[in-house]
Formats: sequence, C-alpha cells, structure tokens
Amino acid sequence: MKLLEVNDLKTYFKTSKGYVRAVDGVTFSLDHGECLGLVGESGCGKTTTALSITRLLPKGGEVKGGQIFLEGVDYATLTDKEIEDHRWEDVSIIFQGAMNAFNPVKKVGWQIAEACIRHKGMTKDEAWKRAGELFELVGIPAERVTQYPHEFSGGMKQRAMIAMALACDPKLIIGDEPTTALDVMIQAQILELLEDLRKKLNMGMILITHDLSILGETCDKIAVMYAGRIAEMGTVDDIFNHPAHPYTKALLACFPNIYSNERTVPEGIPGIPPDLIDPPEGCRFCPRCKCAFEACSKETPEFKEISEGHFVSCHLMGKEENHG
Amino acid sequence: MAEKLLEVKDLKVYFEMKKGLAKSLFGKPEILKAVDGVSFTINKGEILSLVGESGSGKTTTAKAILQLVPVTGGSVVFNGEEIVGKSDLTEFRKKAQMIYQDPYQSLNPRQYISDIVGEPLEVNGLVSTLEERDAKIKEALEEASLIPAEDYWFRRPFELSGGQRQRAAIAGSLILKPDLVAADEPVSMLDASIRTGIIDLMLKQRDMKGVAYLFITHDLSLAWLISDKIAIMYLGKIMEIGTAQEIVHESRHPYSKALLDIMPIPGKTLTEKRKILQGETPNASADIKGCKFCGRCPLATEICFEEEPTYKEVSPGHLVYCHKVEEEKTSD
Ligand SMILES: Nc1ncnc2c1ncn2[C@@H]1O[C@H](COP(=O)(O)OP(=O)(O)OP(=O)(O)O)[C@@H](O)[C@H]1O
Ligand SMILES: Nc1ncnc2c1ncn2[C@@H]1O[C@H](COP(=O)(O)OP(=O)(O)OP(=O)(O)O)[C@@H](O)[C@H]1O
Ligand SMILES: [Mg+2]
Ligand SMILES: [Mg+2]
Repeated sequence: MKLLEVNDLKTYFKTSKGYVRAVDGVTFSLDHGECLGLVGESGCGKTTTALSITRLLPKGGEVKGGQIFLEGVDYATLTDKEIEDHRWEDVSIIFQGAMNAFNPVKKVGWQIAEACIRHKGMTKDEAWKRAGELFELVGIPAERVTQYPHEFSGGMKQRAMIAMALACDPKLIIGDEPTTALDVMIQAQILELLEDLRKKLNMGMILITHDLSILGETCDKIAVMYAGRIAEMGTVDDIFNHPAHPYTKALLACFPNIYSNERTVPEGIPGIPPDLIDPPEGCRFCPRCKCAFEACSKETPEFKEISEGHFVSCHLMGKEENHG
Repeated sequence: MAEKLLEVKDLKVYFEMKKGLAKSLFGKPEILKAVDGVSFTINKGEILSLVGESGSGKTTTAKAILQLVPVTGGSVVFNGEEIVGKSDLTEFRKKAQMIYQDPYQSLNPRQYISDIVGEPLEVNGLVSTLEERDAKIKEALEEASLIPAEDYWFRRPFELSGGQRQRAAIAGSLILKPDLVAADEPVSMLDASIRTGIIDLMLKQRDMKGVAYLFITHDLSLAWLISDKIAIMYLGKIMEIGTAQEIVHESRHPYSKALLDIMPIPGKTLTEKRKILQGETPNASADIKGCKFCGRCPLATEICFEEEPTYKEVSPGHLVYCHKVEEEKTSD
C-alpha cells in the first residue's frame, strides 16, 4: 500500500474577491521511505498542498475536492479528534524559519517533552528521556536538553525543530522550505540529517522548496508546480535531464551552473504567474509560454504519463514531432 | 587600463558588546570584530562579490564603506579621495548608494513609488522644476522596466510584487547616477525566474553607465555568474580573493574549497556523503590567536593555531589567507 495518495486535490481560499484556487487538481503519490521534491515559484500552492495533507489549513482555506489517503485511510471520513491524533502520529511538518518558533523562556528539551506528553501520553520522566533520545538522533548531545533557545545556534535550533517533528514517530515528514534561510554549510547538515533519518526510520518525505538546485541530491522524484497544478512530475533524471514541459525547461534555465563554460545570464521567465481567483482558460502557463499554440489557451491539457512515472501536463506532448 | 574607483585597505569595524553590570565593572568590555582587516579594490564598472556565511561581516563591510557604521580602522579611498573621517559626505552620498535585501523594509509603505524614486533628487536639490523631476523619475522607472511608468506612479510598495519592489528600489538608487552601488543580497528573497530580470537590470546599468557594484550574496553560483572578482569572507576576514574563475575553479583556501564542495548543483545526484565541515563557526567576539579558520580547518596544524597567516599571492591578484598554500603548491 502507498504511504500517501493525493487524488485531484482542490483547496481554495475564500476571500472577498472570490475563491483563490490555490491548489486546483493535484495528483501524486508517495511510498514509504521515498522523498518527493515539490518545487515552483512563490504562490504556486506548495504550502497549501502541504497544509491540506496535514489538515492545518488556516481560516478560509477549504478542501473543495479530491481525496487524500494516508496508508489507505481517507482523511475526509475521519472526525476532528481522529485527525488530531493522526496528524502527529502520521504526518509531521517543519516550517521555514521554524527555529524561531521555540518559546524563548522554556527549555528546548522541555518543549519537545511537552509534545510527547500531549500526543503520546508519556509521563514526565519518560518524556524527558525521549527528548534526550531525539536530541541524539538529530546530532545534539542529550545533555543540552536543559538549555534555552538563545543558547543554540540557528542550525542547532533547526535540528531541534526536526527532533520535535519526530517526537511521535511520523510516517511522513513534510519540510516546507526547511533550509531556505540557512547557510550552505548548515543547509547541507540539515539535508544530510533528514536523509539519514528518512533511511533509518523508513519515513516518507516531501521537501518543499523554490530552490531546484538542492533537489537532485535529496529526492527520488520531483513535482514541478505552476499556478495550483503540477506541470510535470518524474524522477530526478526525468526532470533535470529530460524535462518535457516548457515551464520546467524555463525554470531549469534560471539556475546558473558553474560547470557550464559560458557565463551568460539566463533569460528568466518573462511575465508573472496568473491570478488564481480568475485563472486563464486552458493551460495556466500559456500566457508566458514560448511554445503556446491555439489549443493551449482553450483546453486544459491532460496530465499524461509520457514514460513510466514521468507525467506532463502540456498540449505539446501529443504533437512533439513539430516541436523537436 | 582599468581606472580605480574604490580602494579599501585594512578596514576594521569593531562593536563593543554590552555585558551584564557585574561583568562590565570588572575586566574589559567584550569586543566583537565584525570586520577585521578587509582590503580590496573595485575598478570603474567592475563587480566584486562578497560571499560568506551569515555573520561573516558582509553587510557590515558594505555599510562601513558607505560610512553608515562607525569605522574602527583602515581606509576607504573613493575616486582618489579618503572618505573615512571626511566631514562633508554630500558628494560621496550621491555617488555611492546601497540596495537592501528586503525592499519592503527599505521603502516607505505610505509613499507613492514615484515619490520614493524621486526623493533623492529633491534631497540633493538636483531639480528645479516639476517637469524636470517627473521626466527624471519616468526615465528611472522605465530603465528599471517598470513600464509604462504612469502605471506605477501612484502605487504604493505593497501594491507591487517582490520583483517590482526591488526594481523600484534600484530605480531610486540609480537616479543620482552613482558610480558605486552596494547591493546587499538584492535577489535572495526573489524567485529564480524573477531574479534573472533584476540581475539583468543591474548588469545593463554597468554596461551603459559604468556603474560598479559591491555585490553581497551567499550564493556562490550567482557570484560566479556576474562578478569580475569574488572575495570569500569568514569571521570578518577575506579568506581568498581572485577572479570569479579563479575562486570557483582554482580555489586554494580550504574554506573556499569546502564551500564549493558543499554547493548544491542543479541536477547533480550525490554519490557519496556530503563533505560537511566539522564544528561550528565561533562567535565573532571570540579571541582567536592564529588563523580565523583554524578551528574548523581540515588541514590545520600547530602554526595555524599560533600565528595569523598573511595573504599570499598565488597568481597576480589572487590572494589567499592560509599558512598551507605554499606547501600545497609544491606538492601539486
Ligand atoms: N490564507 C489565505 N487566504 C487567501 N489566499 C491565500 C491564503 N494563503 C495562501 N493564499 C494564496 O494561495 C496561493 C498559494 O499559496 P501558497 O502559500 O500555497 O504558495 P507557495 O507555493 O507555498 O508559495 P511560497 O513559495 O511563496 O511559499 C497564493 O496565490 C496565495 O496568495
Ligand atoms: N550594530 C551592531 N552591533 C553589534 N554587532 C553587530 C552589529 N551589526 C552587526 N553585528 C555583528 O557583526 C557580525 C557581522 O554581521 P553582518 O551583518 O555584517 O554579517 P553578514 O555577513 O552580513 O551576515 P548575513 O549573511 O546574515 O547578512 C555578526 O556577528 C553580527 O552579529
Ligand atoms: Mg510556501
Ligand atoms: Mg548581511
């Protein structure tokens, strides 16, 4: 059985101007121990996808369609209480800048212990012990559990946040830009740690980022999102070496590569992503796409499997011969 | 022959840390050496990138050059003139500008974009008529690709996207036709797709008007893409400086090499474990006797903990702050 299946998920936000279709038909799945990278421009719906899976949507946000199965269980059929239990035991999320979320006047270890008491029903002693074990797991000496957040460096706080996310042995961990504000060296430490833990604990992982460059070394597969939908999904090799969607290609071209000989500034992607209250007809990338033709502004392209596990949502796919 | 625009020599910025009362009554105050002996030159129309981890002193270096923080020691010569200690900075302020990482914080949220962009003109009394002012603002907005300018005239910062805000900030910093712009992580908060447009805009100003940039970033691949020279900073000190090509493809300092080794490359899969440097960066107020990098350096030997290295010129203009480089050279 798959660890996670997301099926035609639609999550909208209600605003005074109408519904913001933040996630509008997203489909993917994840196995135990597998890592999916979710990448795309700001506002394309990455966080909203994550919050829909963890059932942490803010007020106004609502799952309007589709299903989410965790180990075969359809979330929509559960009561709020069941979801609350599930959330900690099944899925855990680490936010960007999470390290600043620790309460400055409480010991870091205690904040983790509290989570264990609340969600695992541990006694105080058990919980402290567990906090120490979790510290060791993320590479912080257990005796530091009694220190306060200000005594930790940024990288250590982010590690401690990961320890907290692991408190209830989740099966799936979602990192929403977990390394974005960090230095390359600390970023590498955190990515290495997440990878080790994923392998050791056979956890599934979703890594959300707008930095394509970290995905190759971290993920098994990658989903490229654009304006609430997945434009292309495939293995690391599919996405980096055989991209098929014009958006994926344009996005890849935005990242300088020090091993290419030429130092030319990439073109970027002209224009801006569409308004999600009133998105364009047809393919949402069409207004910015260099390869667009008649069909693109009229019909929504289907999410087509062009080779095993490599999905593309683009009208060019039927028509490749003309666009070598 | 390239013409020298800025020459920074042995620049130092020390901050005195406030301590608890008991501690400050006895013993000397703790000194944080944010910038500790930084030297480089920037020629007209050149781009020098400062790359280094958080807290290494990049922003403080830029602010010290622009005389926005008190300078503890060293010299800053701009267009042939010493700036440190100069009492009248009016001319200098017109010719050297700064752009910040988050334009939202640096742009007044209550002002119209046109007023923000045009403000430096008025402050410096550079326009006499309203027509002249409006014409200059229009030109600046259009050069920053905020076209048509009229569309942006009466908007406020929050009515612009992140990329447009950064364009407006750049338009404002360029309106006085500066010779030098210190850009402090101007694109770190932007999407890759928008980033290149901003970079393109900055490069055009260099090509057309000879603007030089002190470009601050922690993204080595971006620095490589746009810079003439790159300086790698660590704990207030330049570890290595050279051309973009030298730093990225012929680096000699163990810290530069570590950064390059760990740098994510799009599409690269890992075949081995990441080469992560051991330990953590010491506090900038720690008293380090030898090399600033000794505590984390995989090559450090006794001398590195005892003596501070000097800069060694491994090829013309390529300087390395390391005791080990010469040894390495002979063993190559
Ligand atoms: N609470 C909300 N109310 C209304 N609209 C929202 C809300 N939260 C998000 N949105 C909108 O939903 C869309 C998707 O937002 P989301 O935060 O999921 O994007 P993201 O891909 O995570 O972007 P980023 O990279 O900037 O974090 C955006 O257009 C955003 O403006
Ligand atoms: N006004 C100040 N008072 C005291 N210390 C300061 C001040 N400004 C900076 N520092 C300290 O000086 C050191 C260098 O800071 P600086 O902001 O220059 O680093 P940076 O390289 O720009 O880092 P980042 O990448 O995080 O922006 C840091 O240790 C910082 O805490
Ligand atoms: Mg987000
Ligand atoms: Mg800074």
